[in-house]
Parts: sequence; structure tokens; C-alpha cells
Amino acid sequence: MDFIFLKKIRVIISIVFILSISIIFIDISFSIQSIFSQYPLYLQFIPSLLKFLSIASITTVGFIIVIFLSLFFGRVYCSSICPLGIFQDIIIFLKNKFRPNKFLYTKSFTKTRYFFLIIAFLTLLFGTSIGLNLLDPYSNFGRILTNIVRPIIIGTNNIIAFTLESFNLYAISPMEFKGISIFALLFSIFIFGLVLLLSFKFGRLYCNTICPVGTFLGLLSKISFFKIGIIKDNCIKCGECEVACKSNCIDSSNEIIDFSRCVGCFNCFEVCPSIGISYLPRYSKPKIVNINSDKRYFIKSLAILTIGSERLLKAQQKIEIYKDSTKPVLRKFPVSPPGSVSISNFTENCTACHLCVSSCPTQVLQPSFLEYGLLGIMQPLMDFKTGYCNYDCVICLQVCPSGAILPQNILEKQLIQLGKSKLIKENCVVYTEKTDCGACAEHCPTKAVKMVLDTEINKKAPFITDDICIGCGACEFACPTKPYKSIYVESNFTHAVAKLPKQENIEQKVDYKEEFPF
Amino acid sequence: MDRREFLKRGSTVGLAAGAFLTFGDKINLFANSKTSNPQLYDLVAIKGGEPNAMFDKAIQSFGGMRNFVKQNQTVVIKPNIGWDTSPERAANTNPKLVSQIIKHCFDAGAKDVYVFDHTCDNWTNCYSNSGIEKAAKDAGAKVVSGSSESYYQKVNVEKGKRLKETTVHELILESDVFINVPVLKNHGGAGLTISMKNLMGIVWDRRFWHRNDLHQCIADFASFRKPDLNIIDAYSVMKTNGPRGVSLADVISLKSQIISTDMVAADSAAAKLFGKVPSEIDYIRIANEMKIGTMDLSKLKINRIIL
Repeated sequence: MDFIFLKKIRVIISIVFILSISIIFIDISFSIQSIFSQYPLYLQFIPSLLKFLSIASITTVGFIIVIFLSLFFGRVYCSSICPLGIFQDIIIFLKNKFRPNKFLYTKSFTKTRYFFLIIAFLTLLFGTSIGLNLLDPYSNFGRILTNIVRPIIIGTNNIIAFTLESFNLYAISPMEFKGISIFALLFSIFIFGLVLLLSFKFGRLYCNTICPVGTFLGLLSKISFFKIGIIKDNCIKCGECEVACKSNCIDSSNEIIDFSRCVGCFNCFEVCPSIGISYLPRYSKPKIVNINSDKRYFIKSLAILTIGSERLLKAQQKIEIYKDSTKPVLRKFPVSPPGSVSISNFTENCTACHLCVSSCPTQVLQPSFLEYGLLGIMQPLMDFKTGYCNYDCVICLQVCPSGAILPQNILEKQLIQLGKSKLIKENCVVYTEKTDCGACAEHCPTKAVKMVLDTEINKKAPFITDDICIGCGACEFACPTKPYKSIYVESNFTHAVAKLPKQENIEQKVDYKEEFPF
Repeated sequence: MDRREFLKRGSTVGLAAGAFLTFGDKINLFANSKTSNPQLYDLVAIKGGEPNAMFDKAIQSFGGMRNFVKQNQTVVIKPNIGWDTSPERAANTNPKLVSQIIKHCFDAGAKDVYVFDHTCDNWTNCYSNSGIEKAAKDAGAKVVSGSSESYYQKVNVEKGKRLKETTVHELILESDVFINVPVLKNHGGAGLTISMKNLMGIVWDRRFWHRNDLHQCIADFASFRKPDLNIIDAYSVMKTNGPRGVSLADVISLKSQIISTDMVAADSAAAKLFGKVPSEIDYIRIANEMKIGTMDLSKLKINRIIL
């Protein structure tokens, strides 16, 4: 049967996915993410898998759909749904316009493939998402958009805004850059460069050597119900399919297809002049991959290494911000986003796709460096130097695709206590300068920080009511002392539930006919 | 150079000379010459009506908006839009009042009316949830961001004791008429926020004020550029938990408004209306001592209107 139409369908679906995912990452008006993000992200394999492990519900079964798809048709995910895969297809497509692609069959880098898959699997097993964090294609694509593309778009927006401003036009507003994580930027550039180079030179080599999702779905496609195969009676051995195969998995001279590497792009159907290649029901027995003793040894040593390093790395979670401080602000843990339940839940489930970073209107969410330990690298944290958590905002809780941040409604979110504010009297101007300030109390949405008369100095000083503090960081952000803040949020490792803010009843009797008091 | 600075400079390189050439004519601070008109009153206090109706009535005591806004002038209106809260919470200026002022400006022949504030909470949320963005746009004003450092330009505060220089939003420097529209409310740090305190929303670096004697800085900056008109919204008044407030329970309805060209007088009257002694609000006392205005209301011609 002629399946050429499948390529057209693949192209259309892939364009829909890459465009919608790109838009939610680069929308700088913050209007799309919260209403739209769950649809294109529903089928993203790793986030969906992690969310399922975190909360099993109908909203998390996207990865199961992908598994079934693969069991029927092979790795169609890789060409139609995965944004990093689609991105590579675009590069290959564009390159083909200038210098036509001539791919040839190559052998599989089997050891490398399973090495990365095992790393991803083992790290997940040991309760950290570091392997998926670094290797998940969706998250890498998200980081490229967040850390490279988005700043370029903001910069362009600002250049337009500044230009218009010089003509006294204020229709477009500039956006403040509030810090870029150097490591996340460098890592994104590295992955971007690697993907660019590999796809430019070797087609889908990244997907068939490094990507653990590709390798896992490749295992499934070995036993898939339908497989792409060469119909010997029709094949004229022209080799067109091999030349067109960006996965280098068609050996036309021997009429063999390594279906575990096939990304389901259907380009071979299109170029075949004789319907010599097609989807066929499983006609050949799947080859069994024997795990040889080398691999066994390797897995063992890897497991030991992982356990050991995890212990070692979790020990260095005590972080210091404002390093030059004489009265430094010491936090036992970084502050994790609302809805993340606890630092362990967050670091176990976050793949650092940075969608929450992209969609946070106050930019308080920033990629971390080593604050969560090496295993939590690039996972976002609440950075109260750049902003504070908006009391009435739940966007990060709505967009997180991996269950690292769980959805909560606004009333629940307003009671999530990320941490508790702590005052450092030695830094506070009310105590050091004996002048009024109140910046912290001013910004506090619950009045957990309030200016109360301190009779010792006869000045109103910050007074903190712990149980209504939600740890939003407004006080810390607003605190004017430098370089060391006088008030900061001490993180709750496991988030707590705050009490409702107190209400004071004010005398409402006003006589509108009464004379003015002056 | 910090990271942000670096990135910003990088992104502005593309602008090249074109943008900078236009900055030359921006310093027209003393271009206003409206002080020649004799005023009937120094201060007007009104109560008992809706914000727009009270303004219609009160501005007549000053000879109408024509006394402040001339044909083809540009006007900048600075309400308090500091917080991401609903209008009923009275953390921000009443949108109906802002809208009415804009209408009066256009009736007087204003060419452009701009509205902005350097907000505390996220500016886009503050603008929309305060109701001020919509009210101002519907009335024909241009709503501008105050949350981009690039809009702020360096100025000297000649009479300042602690605050000697700062950066101020370019609209304040460029516009012919500056109308200050604060909301009267309780304030944890400054005691009360009224006219003078509202001017913290036209500078970029507020933290400097907070760590360098807040009251002195507020008074210092009041000497920089006196608004041509101060219209204090005391329709709904946050009595406690200010300046952001926690809930509607913080708010009482005073249905009042105070208008004056003298910020110190206006703030003194508003403080009394709130139930405080003006001289106990340090910045009012200091501004009075610095002769920025007077807090002695007995020497002023006041029109008191009860609707």
C-alpha cells in the first residue's frame, strides 16, 4: 500500500507541535501560557512520565499514549511530537535546500545509546531527575528557547520600544532583563550547538545516540505491531530510500531496516519509485539484544557511582547568597516554587525545562546553579534578588508539565508557606540608622511582616508573624539594605500551610455632613 | 557593570545615534509659566459625592482645569497604581477620578495626556487590576510603563539634604503639566502616604530613600518638581495594613477629596482628615521646615464643600 500521505500528515502535526510549544515559551506578554500550555505538552514523554509517577491521573497519561503509538507504529513520536526532533528536521530540511542530503546506512552506536538510557533510568531510580534533566529532548528544547531565544526576543522588543520612545510613542513597553543564569545559558548553547552540528552533518544521530527517549521508544519499536520494511518483490534496489533516511537506518543493498532507529518521518515512502518500502505487520522476528558481561559490569559500577555521589552531593545543600557579606544571609535550602510540595518532590520531578521560568511574570523563578546540589542543576528556584512571588498568580502551578509543581487553585496557593521570613536586626536600617523604613512591611501581602513599635529604640520596626507568612519573598526583594538584605525567607524543606491573614474591623460610621477637621 | 546593565547596553547598541539625538530637548523643566494666574483658593476640600462629581465641583474653585492646562500642552498624570489589587481595596487611586481628570484635561485643550506609575507589584497586573489602565485608555489617555529603567533620567535635587540626585521618569521631565493624584492611606513605613509620598513612584531607585532616612528623602524630593496640581483621592481610605492592605476590612468610605497646588498643605489637610496630627508625620514637618509648602492651614484660603 502506498503510504505517501503519511509524510504530509507528519509534517502538519509536527508544525503544529513545534509552533505551539515555541509560542508558550517565548510569549513575553504572559497571556498564553496559563490557558494553553497543557495541550501541546500533554504528550511530551518525560514530563508526562514524571507527572504520572507523582500524581497518577488522566491528566498524566500522555506518555502511555506515546508508548501505545510506538507499540503500533514505531517512533512516530520522534518526528511528530518531540520539539527537539522537529527542530532537527527543520535544520535538515533547510540544509537540503542548499546541498541535497545524501545519507547512507551506518551501524548503530548501540553501546552509547544504552549508556545514556541507563543513566537516565538509574538516576530516576535513585530519586533524582538529573539524568532526565540533562538528556530529555523536550526540556533541552525548552531551555534553548528560555535561555537563548527568549532573551533575543526581549532584546528585539526593547530595541523597538526604545526606537518608538524616541518618537514619543509608548505603545510597546520595554521589558527588564532580570538576570540570566550563566550555567543554564552555556548548557543550552552547548546542546543547541551539538544538535545543530549533528543534524547538519549526520541527520538524526543525536536522537539515535544521546536521546534516552529515542532509545527507549526504539526498544518498543523493535516489537511494534507495524514496522517499516522493504517489500522484496517491489524493490528495484535503487537505493533512494537509504539516501533519504536521516536516521541512517536503511540498508538498501541488504534490504534491512533497523527499525529501532527509525524516527517515523516517512521520507522513504515519498522517494520510493516502486512502493518497495511500506508499513507491514510484524513479519520478521525482533532481534534480541543480549546484554553481555561488559554491560553488566558497567551497570553495576554505574549504580555504585550513582549512590555514592548522591550522598555526597546532597550534603552540600547549605548555600550562601551575597558572598561578601559581613552578616551574610544564610539559607539552609533554596526556596522551591509554590506547588512543589517539598524540595525533594521538586528535585525528583523537575526536568528543568524552564517553562515556569519563561512564564513567571515577576521573573522570581530563575534557573539554579548548585543551590539544589549538583543533581539539581538548572532546576528553577525562587530568586528574591530578581523578584517575588505574586500573591494572586498561579501560572507556574498551571504550566508545569512534569508534576514538579502541582496544580493548586488560587486560594490554596495563597496559603502555601514556602518558607518563613527572618529579620537580621544587625542589617536593618531601623536599628542601624534609627530611621523609618518599612519597605518589607509595605510589600507584604498578608501583613505577616508589620511595622510595630519597638520600645527599645522608639521606632517602628519589622515584626514577623510566622504562621501567616507564606514566604513569597516580597519583603526580601523590597529590603533596601545592601549588599546584604536585612530580611530573608528561610526555606521550608517541605512546604507548610499558612493561616489566613488576620482581619481587623474598622469603625465604619462616617458622618458625611460633619465639618472638616481643619 | 552588572549583568543586567551589560545586557541592556548590549541591546541598546542597535539603536545607535538616532535615539540619542532626540534626547537633547528633554530637559524643559521650567517651561511652565502658569503661576501668574491668581487663584481663588489655596486648597479645596470636598466630601459627600462620587469621585468624579466631587472633582467636577472642586476644580471650579480653582477656575477650572483651564487654569492649569493650556491649549496643546502635554499632561502627565501620576496616580498611585502601586499594587496588584482591585479598586475596592483602595490601595490604588480611584479609577473614576483618574478618568474624570483626564476628561477635564482634554476639555481644556490638552494635546496628550499620559498616565504612569512605577509600581511595586508587577506593573502589567497593577495597571489592569487597579482598573486604571482601562479607565485612562477609555478617557483617551496614553498609559505608559513606569517599570523600565531606560525611561528614567538623571536629575539633581538642588535643595536635597540626603537625596541630592536621582533618576526621574522622562514623562515628568518632558510634559508641560504634572498632575499628582495620590490616594490617602495608611503606610507602615511613612505613617501616611499622600501627595509627597506618591512622588516615590516617579523615581527609579526607591531603595535609596528607604535606607537614607525615608522621611528626609520624601521631603527632599518634594522640592524637586512641585506638581502643578495635587488631587488627593480620599473616597475609600485604607485605615490600616497600608500601603498594600490585606482585605476589604482595612477600608472605610470617607467620600472625600482634597485639591491644592501646595503638597505640604494638601498632605496636612489629608492627615487631619485621616485623624492624624500633620506635624507627627515626619516628612510633612520636614517639608514645612524646608519651606516647600506650609502645614499651617489657618493661613490658607480654604474652600470647604459638603455635598
